[in-house]
Amino acid sequence: MDGTTHTQAQDDTWTVAGRTFTSRLIIGTGKYKDYAENAAAAEAAGAEIVTVALRRVNLSDPSQQMLVDYVKPDRFTYLPNTAGCFTGEEAVRTLRLAREAGGWDLVKLEVLSDPKLLYPDMEETLRALKMLISEGFQVMVYCTDDPVYARKLEDAGACAVMPLAAPIGSGMGILNKVNIGLIIEQAKVPVLVDAGLGTASDAAIAMEMGCDAVLMNTAISDARDPILMASAMKHAVIAGRQAFLAGRMPRRVYGDPSSPQSGLI
Amino acid sequence: MDDVLDEAVMTLTINGEARSFSGLSDLAALVLSLGLDPRKVAVERNLEIVPRSAYGATALSDGDRIEIVHFIGGG
Repeated sequence: MDGTTHTQAQDDTWTVAGRTFTSRLIIGTGKYKDYAENAAAAEAAGAEIVTVALRRVNLSDPSQQMLVDYVKPDRFTYLPNTAGCFTGEEAVRTLRLAREAGGWDLVKLEVLSDPKLLYPDMEETLRALKMLISEGFQVMVYCTDDPVYARKLEDAGACAVMPLAAPIGSGMGILNKVNIGLIIEQAKVPVLVDAGLGTASDAAIAMEMGCDAVLMNTAISDARDPILMASAMKHAVIAGRQAFLAGRMPRRVYGDPSSPQSGLI
Repeated sequence: MDDVLDEAVMTLTINGEARSFSGLSDLAALVLSLGLDPRKVAVERNLEIVPRSAYGATALSDGDRIEIVHFIGGG
């Protein structure tokens, strides 16, 4: 391998809304046994960005554990989400508070529809996106794997589009590789596969397809050993990315011998 | 007169829960009286965000609806 290719892998970064990152694995901070396990998983994943939710403080017990004391905002970029919001107005209200709590404008928009499927409501998502853009937010948008809507989000000013692999928490891996591929091909902003990945090979496949990063929560938090799975995901994302950069061999129907055919005894 | 005002009981709805206070001067005093670290929360008063720098200058009125939120784990 020549030095140029090696350097390319070392200096491989991605940029969203003017911020540059080395890690291509964003992890959620929900469902962990406690914040200490969560912090250990974030370290093992090599994550630089973590998604966070915004909720009312517990007034009856103000001394309870706080996320910021474990997964520290000076070490991880917080990406506030709009989980639990079903309308644009709710999303805007939540993210205005998040901006005040955290002091930054990079956010994850997710406007869901059916509480059972947890599928995004794309019409409302697009409306919410336009409201947030007009308030100066930099918005990474969780969306269906629909290339038409992905383009509409990009045209409306999304700084990243984040199509689902499968429904949130389902762990089924990428259900529609054709659509994810089309979204990656057409997008001029980063594409992140978000939600529905189940294990390391799912993450590697997403990265081999050329997406810029992946975002996951349950695949790590619900593993029997979340910290070991976080490490597995870190390596899968790196392996998938390097395979994408390296350029895979063509698929062939017939065999092609690896050893020379000449000089046989 | 001042004494009467200071002793006046004020009812606030905080995170959806009605609570009574007396002698609260401003939002900064409320946050502290609830045992919260102002650097770790965000506050909405009657649906308007109150910047952290303005807590001390934000007077409270009887019937105010206050939301106090913070970051928690989420995907």
